[in-house]
Amino acid sequence: MNKLNPIEDNIIQKNQSKQTPAKLELNNHQINRLKSGKILNNKKISFKFNEEKLQGYEGDTLSSALLANNKIVVGRSFKYHRPRGIFSAGTEEPNALLEIGKNEYQEPNVKATTIKLFEGLESRSQNHLGSLNFDLLAINDFLHPFLSAGFYYKTFMWPKSFWEKFYEPAIRRAAGLGSLSGMPDPSTYDKGFLHCDVLIVGGGPAGLSAALEAGRANLKVIIADDDFLFGGRLNSENFIIDDQIGSEWSKKSVEELSNMSNVRIMPRTSIYGSFDHGIFGGLEIKYDNYIDQIGKPRQILWKIYTKFAIICTGSTERSIAFGNNDRPGIMLSGAIRSYVNRWSVCPGKNVVIFTNNDDGWRTAQDLKNKNINIKAIIDSRKNINLNDKEIPIFKNTSIIDTSGRKQISSVTLSSGEVLKCDCLGVSGGWNPNVHLTCHQRGKPIWEKSINAFIPGKTPSNMLVAGTAAGLLQLGENLKSGHTKAQQVILSLGFKCSSSTPPKAENESANNSSFWHVGASKKRSWVDLQNDVTTKDIKISYEEGFRSVEHLKRYSTLGMATDQGKTSNILGLAVLAEYSGKSIPDTGTTIFRPPYNPVPIGAFAGRSRGKEFKPVRLTPSHKEAENLSATFVEAGLWLRAQWYPLKGETHWRESVDREVIQTRKSVGVCDVTTLGKIDIQGQDAAEFLDCVYTNGFSKLDVGKVRYGLMLREDGMVMDDGTTARFDLNHFVMTTTTANAVNVFRHLEFCRQCLYPNLDVHLISATEQWAQFAVAGPNSRKLLEKIIDKEYDISNLNFPYMGCKKITVCNNIPARLFRISFSGELAYEIAVPSRYGNSMFKVLMDAGSEFNVVAYGTEALGVMRIEKGHAAGNELNGQTTAQNLGLEKMMSKKKDFVGNILAKRSELNKESIVKLVGFKPVNKEIELKAGAHFISLGKETCTKNDEGWMSSVAFSPSLNHSIGLGFIKNGNNRIGEIVNAVDPLRKSNVEVEIVSPHFLDPEGERLRE
Amino acid sequence: MVINHPLLGPRDASEFVYLGDASLMDRPNWLDKDAGQKFYKYQYLRDNPHLEHKELWFHEQGDRSWLIVTRNISTHEILTVELAKKFFDKGV
Repeated sequence: MNKLNPIEDNIIQKNQSKQTPAKLELNNHQINRLKSGKILNNKKISFKFNEEKLQGYEGDTLSSALLANNKIVVGRSFKYHRPRGIFSAGTEEPNALLEIGKNEYQEPNVKATTIKLFEGLESRSQNHLGSLNFDLLAINDFLHPFLSAGFYYKTFMWPKSFWEKFYEPAIRRAAGLGSLSGMPDPSTYDKGFLHCDVLIVGGGPAGLSAALEAGRANLKVIIADDDFLFGGRLNSENFIIDDQIGSEWSKKSVEELSNMSNVRIMPRTSIYGSFDHGIFGGLEIKYDNYIDQIGKPRQILWKIYTKFAIICTGSTERSIAFGNNDRPGIMLSGAIRSYVNRWSVCPGKNVVIFTNNDDGWRTAQDLKNKNINIKAIIDSRKNINLNDKEIPIFKNTSIIDTSGRKQISSVTLSSGEVLKCDCLGVSGGWNPNVHLTCHQRGKPIWEKSINAFIPGKTPSNMLVAGTAAGLLQLGENLKSGHTKAQQVILSLGFKCSSSTPPKAENESANNSSFWHVGASKKRSWVDLQNDVTTKDIKISYEEGFRSVEHLKRYSTLGMATDQGKTSNILGLAVLAEYSGKSIPDTGTTIFRPPYNPVPIGAFAGRSRGKEFKPVRLTPSHKEAENLSATFVEAGLWLRAQWYPLKGETHWRESVDREVIQTRKSVGVCDVTTLGKIDIQGQDAAEFLDCVYTNGFSKLDVGKVRYGLMLREDGMVMDDGTTARFDLNHFVMTTTTANAVNVFRHLEFCRQCLYPNLDVHLISATEQWAQFAVAGPNSRKLLEKIIDKEYDISNLNFPYMGCKKITVCNNIPARLFRISFSGELAYEIAVPSRYGNSMFKVLMDAGSEFNVVAYGTEALGVMRIEKGHAAGNELNGQTTAQNLGLEKMMSKKKDFVGNILAKRSELNKESIVKLVGFKPVNKEIELKAGAHFISLGKETCTKNDEGWMSSVAFSPSLNHSIGLGFIKNGNNRIGEIVNAVDPLRKSNVEVEIVSPHFLDPEGERLRE
Repeated sequence: MVINHPLLGPRDASEFVYLGDASLMDRPNWLDKDAGQKFYKYQYLRDNPHLEHKELWFHEQGDRSWLIVTRNISTHEILTVELAKKFFDKGV
């Protein structure tokens, strides 16, 4: 066992003494690769870094392969452009952010520590102007006295006009790390849903121990880890579990789990968030070399529904702040151990360890066992129960400065002594990864014994085990995984297995509270990724940013892609010291999802481009395509906008023709998109009385009535016609835009306001294809296709009639004599499957009348000519009074909106009224959105009297016309006002007219 | 979030549409003398309770039931879920 034996001369352990000592030597230029150890027998893999061809092994991460090739500088820092090297071995990495892939595959800000090496991987360093070795922006490093916390706010304030033209573009060029390709991402992303009894987050010792017990008890288990190799820290250590080396134990455990059909093992799956009611978000990386896997999902975003979750997310080592602690070659001490033990790479030949706890000593010991020279252990503590006679030990000592621009070359101790080295391992203790336990606003609590925050109260179905729970020693870690799994098993009513928890000894884990070296005169980094130093924290505090949340936002501490995994706790400890408060009193910032960055592509999944939303096609879509229709999106619907004929070059030509031909003879338009709601029940009529302002109970069977629907606040919600086919059967139509909302509203009224009425609703929008057949020849056309037994003469089927008929030999149909165009018109509905042929039949039958297919534009022109309100007028801000429909509000009954529509403010004489407008100079085109100002008055908000809501060119009148709202409009017919549109710089004199430009008495409808 | 539908069992919250406070079921009588005041309160004034809150959810991507969900708005724990009609019969 790898336990550090107190006060013993020799800390070499028995299991390790068996290993052959390894030497650093040249190995395919992987000069930092050890001669023996793990992964060295694996397949060799070629990859590129800054166009240089390098080699690594299968099982390497990009960072281990770069270190093996002695790539010590891998990037430049965010603000000061200081050379930076690999700092960690996991998702906490603040420095080694690279661009990978080329062209459309280019991906910026990828952590080298989390990329599994693959053949042909191309990577580049980022954030430098010029080469990585000579970065022109490194000038910032010399300007650092001017670039401290808040410098943006202080520096770029004056003169104000400089911001947009100069400061912002310059900052944007300099800021950000990697660059985007600017091209669409060719990769495929997917989404999926999973359900389980227990989700185990993390595949380290605690997670595996929990999964084994839960799996053996036959629970439905998911175990996920963001690494591609399960085992967590066990792969980086030489611990013994159940008499085998830890990494072997984890391999065997995974084997056992993979033989259980009730267990799903998910490597490379980062659980990025914990949400309400046991839902977790996970991002699975399916393919590292995704370029070869085009078409298959590269990443999958999982939504995981769990009954219980055991959080075994482990812990992250933190740094210590001291002078120039950001140089390449300075790494977390545990990370060095990972590189040596898991990847057989040592980042240096002369290593110094700076620690405040026992764990740093373990790195020294592991490296020594591999014959790597440990120059010294520098421990900030006075009293240490450890010793090693072969290594110079500096107790009660700290590092105050370092030197070496491209790689650390020496450290200066608080004693003044200078030690030469090429690698420095720093250990400031371990922080439990409490993130997922805090996503429901759980607050972590300070645990003095380990000088770190541990999870506080968690949701009842969330348990925490292992180092995430603050159990830093392996023996108790394994035991806690087992115990928490048993708790879950019992809660779910299952039986625990008879197995005992895996056994391991508890290693020594003494630690201390030591955060930064106050004696350092030099800049001491807290947050490496965002270049935040202890001085920045001090300045923030002195400038009044006392709360840790304010500190974060002012100094940008912990706001980078690493989300401050190595820096947050250190930063608040430093803040606590400046403020004289304790660390628990200072508190942490709120942990929010995602724990690891999630690409937007993964959130979008397959919903990209045309798949972003579904497309609804009208039943006659195919035939409309045959007629070369131009289509327009109306919500999700794709509707024919107009039908250009050969030779027509402008849309107005087509639309004018469609209008003229319809008014002269007959036109056909697909109006299926209007909402259709089937309403049945003994109280159906009473129900309609409740939801419409006007009455429906007295409507005769076989008749249609226009209905107006208000919201409870008195504003118009929607309008449409409702037909009574039977005493207890109505069919309501809604506007296309409001079909969903009206149905929801009606169900609310039915279930929540009038649940005692016997009425049932169903949406039938998609079940019936409906066509408007409009124009003086519409009856003649219809008579050709409806079955002979039905009489639709004016006498037997007058205006506002409806009936169930059959067409084309017994095809069921519904016929309504209603008109939106103002002409003699009908709407005919057939079951959707007949829709396309119905349209064709109407067009064929109409050829003798020179029938025309018309689209939404002609529909709009005709309704404006007729003065019908539509979406532009029913915009949620207008009342029945505004629309001139106040007479439709029944006084004899209640209806939704009844009382609040009576509010005096909505009924003043000065309210705006819907009227028509025509230009005084008929040549001029009106613009919707123009506002009305009385003649001779200044154009200003105070003089604004209303607005133009809809305009069209009227082919019938041969000039532009408009509908709009103007104060007291109905009493101002004949008056001339200005329609002003300052945005488009137009000002047109218009005459207020009746909104009914055509056939004001409605004679055509009744012919 | 997961809403435990009284007829259909646990369903993801994304199937539902949220409306608001369940007091919207308690629509005043239009014939009351002070109906104006009552409707004003009904339409615009809401309690903002700590912890338990009764609210209306519509199972739009499902069976189109309006549900009364009693939710702890501090922890998001859902305490009860009832059909609105059943709730109406009991009295709001």
